[in-house]
This record gives sequence, structure tokens and C-alpha cells, in this order.
Amino acid sequence: MKTIRIGNGQGFWGDSVDAPVDLLRGGPIDYIGMDYLAEVTLSIMMRQKLKDPSRGYATDFIGFIRRVLPELRERGVRVITNAGGLNPKACREQIFEVAREFGISGLRVGVVEGDDILPDLKELVDSGHALRHMETGDEIAGVLDQVTSANAYLGAWPVVDALNQGADIVLCGRVTDTALALAPMAHEFGWSPDNWDLMAAGTVAGHILECGAQCTGGNFSRWWEVPDLWNVGFPIVEASADGSFVVTKHDGTGGMVTEETVAEQLVYEMGNPGEYLTPDVTADFTSIQLKAAGANRVRVSGIGGGPRTPFLKISASYLAGFKTSGQLTVSGPQAIDKARLCADVVWKRLEKAGVTFDPADRLEELVGHSACLPGVLSAPSDPPEVVLRLGVRDADREKVARFGKELAPLVTSGPPGVTGFAGGRPKPQEIVAYWPALIEREVVESSVHVTVEEV
Amino acid sequence: MARVPLSRIAHARSGDKGDGSNVGLIADTAALYEIIREQVTPERVKEHFAEVCHGAVERFEVPNLRALNFILHDSLGGGGTLSLKTDAQGKTHGQGILALEVEVPSELLPAEVHR
Repeated sequence: MKTIRIGNGQGFWGDSVDAPVDLLRGGPIDYIGMDYLAEVTLSIMMRQKLKDPSRGYATDFIGFIRRVLPELRERGVRVITNAGGLNPKACREQIFEVAREFGISGLRVGVVEGDDILPDLKELVDSGHALRHMETGDEIAGVLDQVTSANAYLGAWPVVDALNQGADIVLCGRVTDTALALAPMAHEFGWSPDNWDLMAAGTVAGHILECGAQCTGGNFSRWWEVPDLWNVGFPIVEASADGSFVVTKHDGTGGMVTEETVAEQLVYEMGNPGEYLTPDVTADFTSIQLKAAGANRVRVSGIGGGPRTPFLKISASYLAGFKTSGQLTVSGPQAIDKARLCADVVWKRLEKAGVTFDPADRLEELVGHSACLPGVLSAPSDPPEVVLRLGVRDADREKVARFGKELAPLVTSGPPGVTGFAGGRPKPQEIVAYWPALIEREVVESSVHVTVEEV
Repeated sequence: MARVPLSRIAHARSGDKGDGSNVGLIADTAALYEIIREQVTPERVKEHFAEVCHGAVERFEVPNLRALNFILHDSLGGGGTLSLKTDAQGKTHGQGILALEVEVPSELLPAEVHR
């Protein structure tokens, strides 16, 4: 029975730069999926593109291609990624440039476009698309002037189209992480878009793969059981035409693939297990069966799904004011009392200067004294030191900047034992916030298009 | 009967869902799944995370994975880039839930783990 091996070499923007290279070189592999877009990454890319129209994609991906293009060609390994960001065509030009440097010809690169709805946003709102925030219910009209990017999550089918046209590399902008795995399966096995069980199977495979090493021993509760985490292998799915698959990793790598490590990744950010929604399918996570199938091999089967919804998810970003944070280390004895005094001193000095913040926009954390899990884990009553972390946010940049000037003075005009102030005054950072919304799928899908070009 | 932290009989992982955290809890055996299903109610999770979670706690059952999935609404100080918190994504909440204590018949308990 034919199987294909699909790996994930990049779980998020900022993940290991060596992982995809190791995944390629460490053993047999047919497809490598790579995710470069966090929720607000496209907004950063928008600024880059405004400054320089040839930018606006994940330049790290070009670094990867430069390291491995001859090997990819030699072995016929295909790569699918959202590294195209807001400018997949410019990304393709860069890849062609690298190919020419290597003297490679015949490389086919596909580009998926149509996810970027920012140019049409005002018109969409004017014609009655409220694009309500999925959590707050607010209409996007209220922040329309501050919106810096707006993209629809596309599903697997435009990627399948590119693969069917022979693309060796497929560059997308906003596409679901799960599509990076479902697309090669649908392409290789000729799956039909309305076979919901198979769409769900590919989607579950994508969910397991999408965070890189998180299914091979990374972030695992029983971390002491995980061998050689320093050399953790990134995940591979060996997929079959019937929708079942085996999760594994290359021999000779660290980490582990067990029912437990796979189950932890399945529940990660899962939401309602009965209705895991993507543009391709409504997957039912209560149908998934896991079974160990040898060392570092877990078979996944039985997956069911139902029809996709009439909507696509929009991921927009908007400017929401400014924030900053800074920290000082406060030693004992009585580190906690002294740290609390420091915080009190900062807020009172700011008040004296006429700068106040809404309590909800002020942060006071004692790192080392239950900053992450207050009231959940018992905190030591008299730790030898704590890190005092203070932060603020406000629409007014000047207020945030003024706060940043009030930390350093504590070293000489606070209680004793205050140290570790480094890196200069905390500067105001613009907050680029996330705006999730839904839109009728045909509004977007009518303008999605795929082009495959050859160098 | 023994009163033990969930870390003895289950494992967990968490991440963000907007301004809420998604906390998945997985029991080690089918019998232990019944224990957590009975005892790890949304009310107990809300009480356990009282200083972290300022909204409702939703619970979903995933029996095929021996798992319960919780959404802790209003737990991340705004969530995403809006949050000022160190743990703006609820990455630590999975470790936190494992400290919650349950009553387990002694015969169902595994040998003491070394951590």
C-alpha cells in the first residue's frame, strides 16, 4: 500500500532554523510543511512591504532554500509553506534567484493568492459585512482606521491545485496550518473534497504536525521521560490512502513519539472536540483512535468528519495603543516586601507627575513568587530574591514612555538590594492586536488564484 | 483511597484561545479517566484557578483520548499582544492543573514516579 511521508520543519515563526534541514537530511521524506505566520506576523510584513515593495514575506525561508535547494531537487522533496506572507510572488522571485545561483533549472514554484482582503475591507464593511470580533462581538467598523492587515484563512484546495500543476514548492500567505498536511494527501491519493472523513483525517494529521516538536517530546508533561531533548526529531506522518496514518520521527533523533505525546498535541488549543472547524471540514476529535505501533510509532485511525461551514475565518490586525514592561531584581531578606514597596513607589511617583493608568492596564508581577500560577502553586514565603516586573498599556504613547523612566531611579532611591536593571529604559511598543472574524466563504474564494511558474 | 495530585494519574497541555486558555487533561488509564470525569468538574477547576481565571470554565469530554478539555475564559489579561502578563498564552496552565488533588482508590494508583 502506498504511503507518503509528510514532515513539519517549522512549527511557528521563530522555531529552530536547523530543524527543517535535519528533517530533510535525517531520512526518507516526501513533503515538508513549514509555518511562518503567527497571528500578527502579517501586520509586520505589511510594514516591511510598505517600506519596500519587494519585501513582505518570511525571509528566513529563503535562508532555508539557500541551504538545501540542490538536495530538495535531487531527492524530489516538495515543500509547502505560508512563508509567502503578503508577497508570495516576490518570495518566488527570490527562490528563482537562488535557483539560478545554483544553476538549477526546471524548478516549479506555485503561488496561492487571494487571502489578502485588506484592499477590499472598506468596501466589504460598507456592503454589510460586519466582521464582528469572534470573542467580543464588536463590529470591525469601530477600528477600521487602525486595521493594518486582514487575511482569510484559506484551506487545502488551492495548495492541491498547485501540487496538481507540478509545483515543487508551494508558497501561500494565510492558509491553515492543517492544510500543509491535508493538501499533499489529497493530491497524492486523489481524495474528493466532500469525503468528510478523509478531509478530517488529513486535518487531524495537520493538527498533530503543526507545532513541530510538540508531538515528539517537546512541551511534554513528563519531561524527565524524554530522551535527548537537545536533539529532538521533528514529526513525520506516514499517510495512507484510507486516511489512517502513523506519527513518527527519523531514527537517530532525540525525543519520543508515544500515545501520550501525540494525545497531548491533539488536545492542544483544541476547543470543542466535536467541532474542530477548518475551511475544509468539521473534524470530530472524539473519533480519533491512537495505538502504539512500535518504537516511536503511533497509528492514528478511525477519524470522522462532517461538512465544512459556509464561512472562512478572517485574521485581521489593528493598532490598539502602546505598551511596555520592565523588570528589576530585588534580593532578600524580605524580598517580597521590598519588591511590593518598589511597585508602590513607581505608581505614586507617576501619580505625582500626573500620569495614571486604569488598574486593568497596569501589571505588577513578582516573578519567583507565583507570577504564572498565582494561588495554584504554593509560593515560598521568603524567597532569597524575586524579579519585579511592571508593565502598562495606554492609548497615549507619552504616558507609556513616562512610565519607562520610573524604574531605574529605584536602584538609588528605593529600598536596598535592588539590582539587575539592564537594557535601558523600557520603550513604548505599538500594540498590534488580533481581530478574528468570520466571512461568507464565496466572498473570498471567488478571487483565490493559483499560479505555477518554472525557472 | 488516597488523595493525590493529578500529576500522579494524568498529564496535560495548555495554550491560548483568545483571552482564554485551553487546558487538556489526559488520564493514564480508562479507570482513571472515570475518576477525573467525576471529580475534575468545571467548578473545581474554576476554584483551583480562582486567581487566574476571571470568567467561566467550560468542559468537554474526549473519552477516546481519556481526556477532558477545559476552556478557562478571561484568564490571559486580554490575550495575545494585548496582554502584559508573562504567561500571556496560558502555556503554564497545563502544569497548574496537575496540582489539583483528587481521591483515587489505592489499587488504581501507579507506583510513585521519581518526580
